[in-house]
Amino acid sequence: MGKTDTLNKTAEVRTPAENPVDKYLRMDRMPHIWCPGCGIGSTVNCFVRAVEDAMIDIKKLAIVSGIGCTGRVAGYMNLDSFHTTHGRAIPMATGVKLANPEMNVVVYSGDGDLFAIGGNHFIHAARRNLDIKIICVNNFTYGMTGGQVTPTTPQGIIASTMPYGNFEHTFNLPFLAESCGAVYVARWTAAHVKQLTKSMKEMMSKKGFGFIEIFSPCPTLFGRRNKIADGLEHMIQFKDKCKIKKGASAKEATFDPDNEIVLGTFVNTERKTFMESMNDRYEKVFGPKYVRYGEE
Amino acid sequence: MKADKEGVLTGNHFLDGDHACCEGAIAAGCRFVAGYPITPSTEVVERIASRFPLVGGIFIQMEDEIASSIAICGGSWAGKKSMTVTSGPGLSLMMEHIGYAAMTETPCVFVDVQRGGPSTGLPTMPAQADIMQARWGSHGDYEIIALAPNSCQEAFDLTVHAFNLSEKYRVPVLFMLDECVGHMTEKVVIPEADEIEIEPRKMTNKKPGEYLLYETDDSMVPEMVHAGEGYNFHITGLTHDERGYPNLTVDTQAKLVRRLCDKINKNADDIIMYEDFHLDDADTVVIAFGITSRIAQHAVNMARDEGKKVGFIRLQVIWPFPEQIIRELAGGNVKKFVVPELNLGQLVLEVERVVAGQAEVVSVPHAGGTVHNPEDIYEKL
Repeated sequence: MGKTDTLNKTAEVRTPAENPVDKYLRMDRMPHIWCPGCGIGSTVNCFVRAVEDAMIDIKKLAIVSGIGCTGRVAGYMNLDSFHTTHGRAIPMATGVKLANPEMNVVVYSGDGDLFAIGGNHFIHAARRNLDIKIICVNNFTYGMTGGQVTPTTPQGIIASTMPYGNFEHTFNLPFLAESCGAVYVARWTAAHVKQLTKSMKEMMSKKGFGFIEIFSPCPTLFGRRNKIADGLEHMIQFKDKCKIKKGASAKEATFDPDNEIVLGTFVNTERKTFMESMNDRYEKVFGPKYVRYGEE
Repeated sequence: MKADKEGVLTGNHFLDGDHACCEGAIAAGCRFVAGYPITPSTEVVERIASRFPLVGGIFIQMEDEIASSIAICGGSWAGKKSMTVTSGPGLSLMMEHIGYAAMTETPCVFVDVQRGGPSTGLPTMPAQADIMQARWGSHGDYEIIALAPNSCQEAFDLTVHAFNLSEKYRVPVLFMLDECVGHMTEKVVIPEADEIEIEPRKMTNKKPGEYLLYETDDSMVPEMVHAGEGYNFHITGLTHDERGYPNLTVDTQAKLVRRLCDKINKNADDIIMYEDFHLDDADTVVIAFGITSRIAQHAVNMARDEGKKVGFIRLQVIWPFPEQIIRELAGGNVKKFVVPELNLGQLVLEVERVVAGQAEVVSVPHAGGTVHNPEDIYEKL
């Protein structure tokens, strides 16, 4: 309970009119559809602050979402925004980025959308080192459709399609991202807003394929079935169980709710992007008659 | 507007239909192609991959057809005329995004070089069995445009036209070659760039704040904007209002879906293209498209040589279907329509619907793998 008190004390109450993030949001679409206690809104708050801190020209910033609760993020952001089909945010983002390389393209979607139906696109975009950024809000479930099991649901967790507890092995997303070639890989929770904001800024300032996984409570569909029916309680659990580790290997980024969970930046490196590699290759082959694509 | 000189390979060429289609796309101004190569369409993207670097285009071989078909939607909204290329199995995978492109009114072209099916079927052999899938394959009510060339020259000309229609009506256009047209090689004349008419994208002049993404006038086609221009637009496959915002109500659904259909159906006269021969005195009319139309033409000529009053309609646009001319003929002197096609009877269903019992309708089906013998058609005349 001590932690709850601390959280309450530090929470500032602001009216919407004063909120510096308003200009990034479609206020005419409020109230949003997310449940009380859901962490997606907190991550969006971090994201817009990171965009502001990174001084990104928002005219040249596009956001792409798939389907699901996190899939609704694009619709609430006052940016060029794409709500795509289920699982296809990354290939849509690929089209936007390649057709207009001036754009900063961010994919904002959930664990089911990005890693079940959309998993193939993730691994190939990372392999190509496309200059797009992926933010995955991982609430371990398909919230929008009623709490089904996803590739990130921990073993033993009850889901509507795993009524006796999930028995499938789960994905380690940071390790997957690293092994496919992502140049920036980090993991935070919706409770680690300062670290998350800083990490998002760091990723947004980099070229290449970046990936941040964010654990988020879903009290309505995940928590309720698993005796964590309160979002705040789940946030406190995250704070208690998660350990920020500098220089940790993505291999350690497993998720076992009974043990310590590693957070932090796992990968921060450089590699030629898809477009740099393409331009270099064509320049080598065609010489000066080739005009480098997407470069002024 | 005329074509950009940079991409146009003016001159006389000896090209297969797939390559001619590629040149048509470049001449039309296509500069973004995402594809997953599949026989018998592969030559289109191979030539694109070879040609694009020096004409300012970008090609990406995606991980699958699902990715390709949504990437071109992204490419189109980011400002490039966009295309993907496939064949039967790939077309099946692209269906969701044909619906998405129709719903979001994204101009883009889907090239389908038809092979025998179902499933993996006959990868290297012809069919025309995707006709109904092209029209009805994605879920829900929507309209698309589909064209079918019957020569390599038309693979060039009608590809340009496919892009133009796609821009004019902001609709996915399916360009339906068959394996024969895709793989046969013929003379193709590519005109001067200033002789190629290009439909410019219908961009808005309105400023951000005044502009609504899906506001329309009598044309029923909204004005477009691109990513990066400061409009902060939102597109979604959900039922949406004029702002592009999701609005899941009965009224918004009716207004949106009816408009998506009306903008094609009510402009059908502008879109429909066909050639007709000997209709004036015809009591029998053959209706065909693609490679089958060339065999049918031979059968019609054989019948005419014997004095039979046989007419011929060769469809260049399949969807929307040219109801009016067929209805008029059925209500006039035509007693019989003969419909040969490389499938077990798809387009014939549409002819039967329109003829509505006023004349006999004879199907000349073929399961695919090769073309009809002219005699198969001639016997029915």
